[in-house]
Amino acid sequence: MKNQKISNSLKIDHLISTDDLSRESIIKIFDTAESFIEIGQRDIKKVPLLRGKTICNLFFENSTRTRTTFEIAAKRLSADVINIDIPTSSQSKGESIFDMVDNLIAMGTDIFVIRHSESGIPKKIANHVGAGIHVINGGDGSNAHPTQGLLDAFTIRKYKKDFSDLKIAIVGDIQHSRVAKSEISVLSTLGAKEIRVIGPESLMPKNINKLKVNVFNKIENGLKDVDVIMMLRIQKERMNNDTIPSESQYFKSFGLNQERLQIAKKNALVLHPGPINRGVEIESEVADGKQSVILNQVKFGIAIRMAVMTMMVNKKT
Amino acid sequence: MNLPKPNVLINKVFKKIISEIDNETCLIGIPSGGGIIINELKKKIKEPLNYGLIDGSFYRDDLEISGIKLKEKTTSINFNIAQKKIILIDDVFYTGRTIRAAINEIFDYGRPKEIQLFVLINRKNNELPIQPTFSAIEVDVPENIFISLVKEKNNLIFNTSKVK
Repeated sequence: MKNQKISNSLKIDHLISTDDLSRESIIKIFDTAESFIEIGQRDIKKVPLLRGKTICNLFFENSTRTRTTFEIAAKRLSADVINIDIPTSSQSKGESIFDMVDNLIAMGTDIFVIRHSESGIPKKIANHVGAGIHVINGGDGSNAHPTQGLLDAFTIRKYKKDFSDLKIAIVGDIQHSRVAKSEISVLSTLGAKEIRVIGPESLMPKNINKLKVNVFNKIENGLKDVDVIMMLRIQKERMNNDTIPSESQYFKSFGLNQERLQIAKKNALVLHPGPINRGVEIESEVADGKQSVILNQVKFGIAIRMAVMTMMVNKKT
Repeated sequence: MNLPKPNVLINKVFKKIISEIDNETCLIGIPSGGGIIINELKKKIKEPLNYGLIDGSFYRDDLEISGIKLKEKTTSINFNIAQKKIILIDDVFYTGRTIRAAINEIFDYGRPKEIQLFVLINRKNNELPIQPTFSAIEVDVPENIFISLVKEKNNLIFNTSKVK
């Protein structure tokens, strides 16, 4: 499925949700990301592709990986990066988000990366900004986290190549997870053979039957014969305390340990978007084990974010 | 358009290059044409040299005009270029912008002693004060014709096509 030679003409205006991306677009993003990986292996990890562009990280919610990898991605492309620290900004003085965005545009921002605890905010901002200004959703509420969904599928492609052969299981809190939603969207578009979601009934979204996934409430059944296991973080901050009994109870029922890993195919990959709650959703032995590609996800995430930003500045077709 | 066979031109480049080679020389091709030429030269050159590829795509000045063009093979320079004599190899010299991008990229790998440029065809349309050290042939071709060296079933040919 990898294109031999591409004249890469895909132009992305905003990346709000992976539902907006065709299979062809996703493959173009992947092929572009592929060529950026090599830059991360150089002594001087920098190329001048986005020199003179300004990227603004606007994070209204905590993040380590996403914000840092967006920043590294922008810097490797020689763009200038502004990180707005929300608690110390004028937001705490009551300035509206739109006013803040308008001011940052006046200061010359070309691309906004926005994370917000409320679903739909990045889309509202994308509708608000004028032509030539781009918005990337860095995760909104429990709605979507498109670059994470893309980098997870990209990681799978690095090891497994053809999606039409793959049975993939997503394990954990599907209901509150924007990552799960973006993963399901990308993997469906790429034509995965089977997508399974595994988790307690109480952590399944109500509309789960509308998605093309098979639901399992028992991890032992769900992991049988899968090629890829995508673990999710238990999101304590998004839950009422009564949805799951306790961390130890959750680990007992749904935690990925060595014994459960054996149920999947022999070379099954283990992914986790981070941050890991060791001993809650995944055992350290598995997270640090041979089948884990968790740290490579982080590495590939930089290349995916470089690709998305480059395609926003790309020639219009 | 009548162009000589690529192998004839590669031979001319080879004959000139062997007079330039010393033990500090490395040959770096610009994909994809320059990569093809490098592979042919490797068969002819007996001295052990460092060979590499440099794809200036990330260093071009026309992202917003032409978009990003990715090649199958990207940059690979697995040796130290500091104080080396670099001979850049490309199929066609046209505006000089590709070479400008490649030279910029090379300097991110270190400070070479010298850079030369050898090409098969010089279209003499430089838009920058850059020109080949050696070209096997000089031609006048209308601007809308695109020329590139390709390998088809083990044969080297010049592909010419009209650009929209």
